[in-house]
Amino acid sequence: MIHARGLVQTFHTRQGKKKTEVRAVDGVDLDVAEGEVVGFLGPNGAGKTTTLRMLTTLIKPTAGTATVAGRDIVREPVEVRKRIGYVSQSGSTFSSARAGEEVMDHGMLYGRTKAQVEKRGKELFAELQLDGLWERMPKTMSGGQKRRLDIAMGLIHDPTLVFLDEPTTGLDPQARANLWTHIADLRTRRGATVFITTHYLDEADALSDRIVIIDRGRIVAADTSENLKAQVSGDLVSLEVADPAARTTVAEKLGSIAEPPRHGLPGVQIEGVHVRGRVQRAGRALPGLLASLHDAGVVLDAIEVHRPTLDDVFLTLTGRSLRDAEAGGEDGADDGPASADPTTSDEMKGALR
Amino acid sequence: MTATFWRESWIICRRQLRTALRNPAWVLIGIFQPILYLFLFGPLLKPLVAQLGATNAYTFFVPGMLVQLGIFGAFFAGFSLIGEWREGVIEAERVTPASRTALLVGRLGRDMLQLLVQALILIGLGWVLGMQAPLSGAVLGILLTLAIGGACAAASNALALTTKSEDVMAPVVNVVMMPVLLLSGILLPMTIGPPWLVEFSKFMPVRHIVDAVRSAFAGHASLDTMFWGSAWAALLLVAAVWWGTATFRKENA
Repeated sequence: MIHARGLVQTFHTRQGKKKTEVRAVDGVDLDVAEGEVVGFLGPNGAGKTTTLRMLTTLIKPTAGTATVAGRDIVREPVEVRKRIGYVSQSGSTFSSARAGEEVMDHGMLYGRTKAQVEKRGKELFAELQLDGLWERMPKTMSGGQKRRLDIAMGLIHDPTLVFLDEPTTGLDPQARANLWTHIADLRTRRGATVFITTHYLDEADALSDRIVIIDRGRIVAADTSENLKAQVSGDLVSLEVADPAARTTVAEKLGSIAEPPRHGLPGVQIEGVHVRGRVQRAGRALPGLLASLHDAGVVLDAIEVHRPTLDDVFLTLTGRSLRDAEAGGEDGADDGPASADPTTSDEMKGALR
Repeated sequence: MTATFWRESWIICRRQLRTALRNPAWVLIGIFQPILYLFLFGPLLKPLVAQLGATNAYTFFVPGMLVQLGIFGAFFAGFSLIGEWREGVIEAERVTPASRTALLVGRLGRDMLQLLVQALILIGLGWVLGMQAPLSGAVLGILLTLAIGGACAAASNALALTTKSEDVMAPVVNVVMMPVLLLSGILLPMTIGPPWLVEFSKFMPVRHIVDAVRSAFAGHASLDTMFWGSAWAALLLVAAVWWGTATFRKENA
């Protein structure tokens, strides 16, 4: 469904007199198969939205090629647009228009007849729990309702490939959980291929078959959530040992099966009564460890195993935790309309002066 | 210019009209603007008519007002586009296969329709107040006004999508509007000015359009005046639509 090679997008920003080139996306390769749900994960400013805007033909890549839904994004943008649905981060409906009219007009721009879009629109409103909101103005809707309306807009022409850009940002937990079920339905009920960007780990984890991680404009990993976690981090094993003398023995034994220290992750560590280390597929490795500790005469007080999170994955891949990357991601490369605004207006102001 | 193009333009235009008509304040302002000008400014010109080289105050005044409505109303058209852009409407339209020119032309349709209604009110009232103008001249004048109005609306939309900020756009519009107002002879004919000002104002394209509209209303249009007025109106319209389409195509957010 999506095949991208070497996608690059550079922006020019101006700070005072200095003009700098920002490589928001720096050589992205992507492959998404039909029927897949792929989560595109990365901190703010990593280049997610920019990549998405290239794939949806909203901006032209500076370099690189991509086919989306079988058509080339540069040579046949109109053919790509006919086949894809796009649910943008910034919303898609005018706040003082009527919800139903917005959906119908949107569908008619895809060449559908009025009767077709009215029927399809009303079906979508029912499916997306928007019953009774056909005549409502988006400005009077809740955040969750508005997002579902955006999804209805994106689905009105029954696309086979749906792009969702940060669909749950800013929603409360219930609305979020609710939206997840609707996103999951995209594939289960209509067989669509789904490409979803997010900076929430749990969202990528919960929704997607496969996760592609992007950082600083480059793809750093692409695999299933399980494999990513298994390959990279291992499970965190925490053993509680009351006897201080026994802790070194425990650390030694754990060290024989644990991951050596690398990147941002430490190796086996002793912290107070706890001995901690990361072990590949700990569920399988632990019985052996327990047996050998028993043979060595060590008594464990407690044992805990934490499955790795995608945050651990991100940490191992980039040496930074996702949260740090967010805090440090001041950039402006990941431009929703809002964050791109200052650049343009500064340029204008500069020109006026 | 295929059927699809006009269909897409109509979808956009209808959507815009619906939003505009739901806001009664704008409808009323649109209607009262020409009325206020006519009743509150028209009488001031009456005693001055002879000095201006005209015989009928309204025959002289209405065409100027017409062009002014066309230009100034249209220059503000882009401000509503910034609001739409902020809410993601432009992006949602750009992700559809619709022609980028249709996205612009649909909006121009709304602006030109509003202008047409205002023009009809203005001219109708002008006739009531004693304007003497041939019907053919009035029609010609309206056509020229719609062309320059469309051009200004397209330019305003392009400017809106380039600046994406009311704060930046407002001063730019003002900077552009001042010379247009002063040099095009909308309020007073340039011909009463000193020679240097007359010569200088010839560089202002809108002046030629105002001259053409005014002479069409007066019923003594020379071929030369009409040619330059129409040529400038057409040229500005084409250039502005081209610029507007380019910004809808790019909109490099």
